[in-house]
Amino acid sequence: MRKVGFNNRWLPYLLIAPQIAITLVFFYWPASQAVWQSFLIQDAFGTTTEFVWFENYQGLFKDGAYFNALGVTIVFSTAVAALSLGVALLLAVQADKRIRGAGPYKTLLMWPYAVAPAVAGVLWLFMFQPSLGVLAQQLRNMGVDWNPLLNGTHAMILVVIAATWKQISYNFLFFLAGLQSIPKSLIEAAAIDGAGPMRRFWTVVFPLLSPTAFFLLVVNVVYVFFDTFGIIDAVTHGGPARATETLVFKVFQDGRLGGDLGGSAAQSVILMVIVIALTAVQFKYIERKVHY
Amino acid sequence: MVERRPMSNLLAHAILWAGIAIVVFPVYFTIIASTHTPQDIFNGTMGFLPGGVPTDNYVAALFAGAKQVKTTPATVMMLNSLIMALMIAVGKIAISIVSAYAVVYFRFWGRMAAFWTIFVTLMLPVEVRIYPTYKVVADLGLLDSYLGLSVPLIASATATLLFRQFFMTIPDELVEASKMDGAGPMRFFWDTVVPLSRTNMAALFVILFIYGWNQYLWPLLITTDAGMDTIIVGIRRQIVTSDANTDWHIVMATAVLAMLPPVAVVVLMQRLFVKGLVETEK
Amino acid sequence: MADVTLKAVKKSFGATAVIHGIDLHIADGEFLVLVGPSGCGKSTLLRMVAGLEEVTEGEIAIAGRTVTGLEPKDRDIAMVFQNYALYPHMSVYDNMAYGLRIRGLAKGEIEGRVKKAAAALQLSHLLDRKPRQLSGGQRQRVAMGRAIVRNPAVFLFDEPLSNLDAKLRVQMRIEIKRLQRGLGVTSIYVTHDQVEAMTLADRLVVMNAGRAEQIGTPMELYTRPATLFVAGFIGSPAMNMIPGKAAGATLELPGGRKLKVDHAAQGEVTVGIRPEHLTAARGADGMLPLRVELIEPLGAETLVHGRLEGDGAEMTARVQGDSPVQPGAVLGLTVEPRHVHLFDRASGARL
Repeated sequence: MRKVGFNNRWLPYLLIAPQIAITLVFFYWPASQAVWQSFLIQDAFGTTTEFVWFENYQGLFKDGAYFNALGVTIVFSTAVAALSLGVALLLAVQADKRIRGAGPYKTLLMWPYAVAPAVAGVLWLFMFQPSLGVLAQQLRNMGVDWNPLLNGTHAMILVVIAATWKQISYNFLFFLAGLQSIPKSLIEAAAIDGAGPMRRFWTVVFPLLSPTAFFLLVVNVVYVFFDTFGIIDAVTHGGPARATETLVFKVFQDGRLGGDLGGSAAQSVILMVIVIALTAVQFKYIERKVHY
Repeated sequence: MVERRPMSNLLAHAILWAGIAIVVFPVYFTIIASTHTPQDIFNGTMGFLPGGVPTDNYVAALFAGAKQVKTTPATVMMLNSLIMALMIAVGKIAISIVSAYAVVYFRFWGRMAAFWTIFVTLMLPVEVRIYPTYKVVADLGLLDSYLGLSVPLIASATATLLFRQFFMTIPDELVEASKMDGAGPMRFFWDTVVPLSRTNMAALFVILFIYGWNQYLWPLLITTDAGMDTIIVGIRRQIVTSDANTDWHIVMATAVLAMLPPVAVVVLMQRLFVKGLVETEK
Repeated sequence: MADVTLKAVKKSFGATAVIHGIDLHIADGEFLVLVGPSGCGKSTLLRMVAGLEEVTEGEIAIAGRTVTGLEPKDRDIAMVFQNYALYPHMSVYDNMAYGLRIRGLAKGEIEGRVKKAAAALQLSHLLDRKPRQLSGGQRQRVAMGRAIVRNPAVFLFDEPLSNLDAKLRVQMRIEIKRLQRGLGVTSIYVTHDQVEAMTLADRLVVMNAGRAEQIGTPMELYTRPATLFVAGFIGSPAMNMIPGKAAGATLELPGGRKLKVDHAAQGEVTVGIRPEHLTAARGADGMLPLRVELIEPLGAETLVHGRLEGDGAEMTARVQGDSPVQPGAVLGLTVEPRHVHLFDRASGARL
């Protein structure tokens, strides 16, 4: 990679050892364990194990609960991604207009990133709590029988709101950076060519923003798949009746209850494959992104 | 540009204020709630203004924890969170910077293999491999320990990649000049590379500290001793499913306490935070 | 009649005034160049005509219509940017057609105009490419094509050649001049390069620190610079400037030398003589002996740098390329009285 360097024999190995060691012990070993276990079945007492190729995976695909979790995760990611990207883009476009106070707006909009997902969940839970939540009261005043503890759709809405709320600031920051990297002269050229603000946005700004948008889409989906565990656990615990049980949550639950080690491992492996696919897509697309 | 659209700026301000309102409201409300008595909250008579007991709940949360569900005092939990977050942030920066240094400045057998080994970890967050990793930590006897909380999370490669990218931009001439001055590799590292990397390290620190502080799934799994709860996990433990038994006033106070350090870090070190965010995602 | 008028145009950014009142009238079809060093305000002035900057005070009119408050798209102008500002995600064809599509022209009409402009600029074979697949010179021509198809009242150029290499710059310079002559559209061109300015302009405006130091044809500015600044800016190598004392028809230089001049000035002055106007002296009368320190052979001519004997004032002279002058020698030079420029020592204004 570099043309100049040092010629020490053992120093580089020493330097790289800590990270390699930790990576092997806490990453590759567990990951390969998961893959290995996904091909095994243990009997009820955990005394014998049997190598069964893809039986565990087949079992998953026949499992209604698994498909439920898959569906929940897809709905969840689509909703959160669409909402948080849309709102963030709107806010970023306004902040980019170079109005007075753009700096303070930016500060005020960026700090939710620092709030832990679990805490975000708790905050929104508190406001939408069926009995004493202030927003729940408003809803009831409007005639809605709001109860996320019993109504699966309500629970999903609550969780979507909490997850979206947290993601807005992250997306906002990246959209703003993307907008500010578009050369001002392009906008001016479009204005001279006769384009008004809306047309400029859709024909010039948005196409140039699409790499950022795509990148954020992938990041948001990964976020929803994994980082939202805290929100789900804090707010709905996967319920009611699995209405908010995402794939990650299911892995956690199944593992806790013990028993189906192989199935739980298979779920983990499937998740790994999904993430790798998403990351690969992201890397490949980013390569093609630079326009000028 | 000459623009004859007076509504445009007004609209921009309006939308931004609406955005801020949405973003700020939950937290505002939480702070308000933390200043009310449990009766106010339970009866739903809280309203939107600060209540009469601004500090009571905080004192209780900090030193006693929730009452109806026995939990740890917030002081203990915050200390746990702090130690964990610091260990993760510092640990990750430390091992990554030396790894990146090795990969960039030395040519050794297995270099590319080592690099790819580290690179792959980017793709899999801890949530994907929780149980096997749990087993490893348990086998090593690290459950309920600070090491067990932090070390498994240091594994991923984001920091290494960042440092590697940065090191590639350091001019070759610096290395050559150093060599001519008689400096060996470690000398060059401490005297030149580290000072140059300061801003990157600071930016990374901000991101990693927040990452570490906000961890939820991993600490939940690894600790059974309530005394080892981090504050994020602790809040969760304070909420019981039947809401009549949740000490919401304590929960709210604890939540505010949980949010303070990372938010403070983001606001005070805003520029570094934004830099860190943008750099680690490239 | 697409003439452009600027009346007492001023610009301030906050409390800082950057343009101090410019009055200018550009005739229909004229090629006007705004030239000056970095920061003199020439780009800002151009952008105010384009509508990309607000005018703090004053008025701008195009074709008799006041445009000061109008948005850029309503001013009937087209602009070529320094970095071309081509839409990276659109093909060359779409880049040129963009403005026409917005104006709602018929598809056939658009095609006609784009193809015609492309042919004139030798871009016909590149219409399907994206900007990143083009060279700098090609991108520049697309930018010009985009401006041409609009048939505007005024062309605005903001240092369009600065990003090209030297050879290409010379080539494009000629092309731009030919194009403008052929189309006959009023043009305002900004550059910091005085050679570009001199070769392209029908008239020049030399700007300095937000003020127009002189407005005139290239030859006017060359032969009768109004200020010291203009004198030093126009012409390469730059005019020699020496302090002197004027007493009517005689000029006293440091070191006691005397020159005959056409002026009737008195007092402390700055004397300006262009290197190309220093010729070999035939006699001792009015001779300026130059002790040669350094020569720069350029082939067709040689630049001789040295100091005047006796007082050390630095001077440069331009001599024939095959001149045998060497460092250390003393060159006897003289200058015709009409080529001696006198400027007031304090204000720099021409006397």
